[in-house]
Amino acid sequence: MMLIKCPWCGNRDENEFDCGGTTHIARPTGAVSDDAWGDYLFFRENPQGVHLERWRHSFGCGQWFNLARDTVTHAVLVVYGMTEQPPVIPGAPGSI
Amino acid sequence: MKYSAWSLIRGGLAGHQNWSAAWREATPKPSYDVVIVGGGGHGLATAYYLAKNHKITNVAVIERGWIGGGNTGRNTTVVRSNYLYPESARLYDFSLKLYEGLSKALNFNIMLSQRGLILLAHSRHDLDSQARWANAMRMNGIAAELITRNEIAALAPALDLSPDARLPILGGFIQRRAGSARHDAVAWGYARAASGLGVDIIQNCEVHGFLKDGKAVTGVETSQGTIRAGRVGIAAAGHSSVIAKLAGFKLPVTSYALQAMVSEPIKPLLDTLVLSPGTGAYLSQSDKGEIVIGAGLDLFPSYAQRGSFAGTQAILAATLALFPSFSRLQLLRQWAGIVDVVHDSSPIIGATPVPGLYINCGWGTGGFKAIPVGGWTMAHLLATGKNHELAEPFQLERFNTGRLIDEAAASGIAH
Repeated sequence: MMLIKCPWCGNRDENEFDCGGTTHIARPTGAVSDDAWGDYLFFRENPQGVHLERWRHSFGCGQWFNLARDTVTHAVLVVYGMTEQPPVIPGAPGSI
Repeated sequence: MKYSAWSLIRGGLAGHQNWSAAWREATPKPSYDVVIVGGGGHGLATAYYLAKNHKITNVAVIERGWIGGGNTGRNTTVVRSNYLYPESARLYDFSLKLYEGLSKALNFNIMLSQRGLILLAHSRHDLDSQARWANAMRMNGIAAELITRNEIAALAPALDLSPDARLPILGGFIQRRAGSARHDAVAWGYARAASGLGVDIIQNCEVHGFLKDGKAVTGVETSQGTIRAGRVGIAAAGHSSVIAKLAGFKLPVTSYALQAMVSEPIKPLLDTLVLSPGTGAYLSQSDKGEIVIGAGLDLFPSYAQRGSFAGTQAILAATLALFPSFSRLQLLRQWAGIVDVVHDSSPIIGATPVPGLYINCGWGTGGFKAIPVGGWTMAHLLATGKNHELAEPFQLERFNTGRLIDEAAASGIAH
């Protein structure tokens, strides 16, 4: 069972949230090849380890936010805002 | 040694002391024609069909843990072919047909029991969508029957069929050829038959990287040393992305935990498989008497082989709404497997962007039923370098061309 700290509501049970998948995916602009568009829509790192992902407090305030979470231990490492830069976590895809 | 009634009697008279090992423990040779990464059902079946259908026996299956210890040993053992689109119907029905002859082909009893799978309709909308589903199957030449509430009552009287049930049962449909098979026996049967034809099965051998000549893969770096290979096949289910990363490409896969559980054994009560798509619950009774309960996905990426408590609670609530008499049963075990879910809930059996490297993945929540066809088509690909015709629509490139085969509705588990 995960305890997730919503930036607005504080610690809440995982059942109150929905996961929206990988975050920080940039939508391609302008004319895009089929390859680039398919990659954007479907292809993911799917890391075994730290994953930067978006969550929504669906059964609470309804707000979206970002998490750095370990997909093996389910430990929630960092909670940060939708428009914030990703945290520095060595080895995490998408991290700086 | 060939298993038979005679060998069983002889074994019994000798006090079961003289049985030989079912397959050879192998240590890696420096090189093979084909190396298969992943010793689950799909990997072992691939090795067997490479040897049997294509006479390629210089093959190794390398497995990080023990064979059949991943999703092959973690599923709810359902085999069925009730899919919607012609491409999938062909694929899964070919698999079911191979299952029907598998005990004989492998000389290993996989305990296939074609006891029928009932899908329950709890609303008018369920009735409509299941009529469409059954009709789609019949259009594809696969027998399916719409059945009434009374027929369901005769097949599974333990269901709560009262009109004021929490989940009223209005009707449903049945695929009578669907059933269950012993999942360990499928892994062991393929391993024994493949080993008998000369395949090396190497356990406790983890892949750490790939040998490359330019762009092409020429072998694998493992915890038991370097192994060169003419071609390499990946059959790693929920860990496909991890292996793909070692080779330098991405997959359209997300890994999720899918959980299941069994109760204590009880006397025979349920001799069909029951699936309630509305609640995501699917149940059967094992030959040992345990009630086997399959649950839904935890809808966040996970490589932890355990399901969330919320998932357990939801599926047990649905189970008790369907079968109130199960309320005093105790659970013996609960576990999860990591499944490789793709956007259209259809598999990928084909070449990767890396020359010499091929992959069989994306079965998501339904890999067990597909073990024979996954192995058959992957063996064809590794032997000839060309796609098997059944696998032709299931290529990685479909995610770029847009020609998806969306079987989410037939997967039985909400994605």
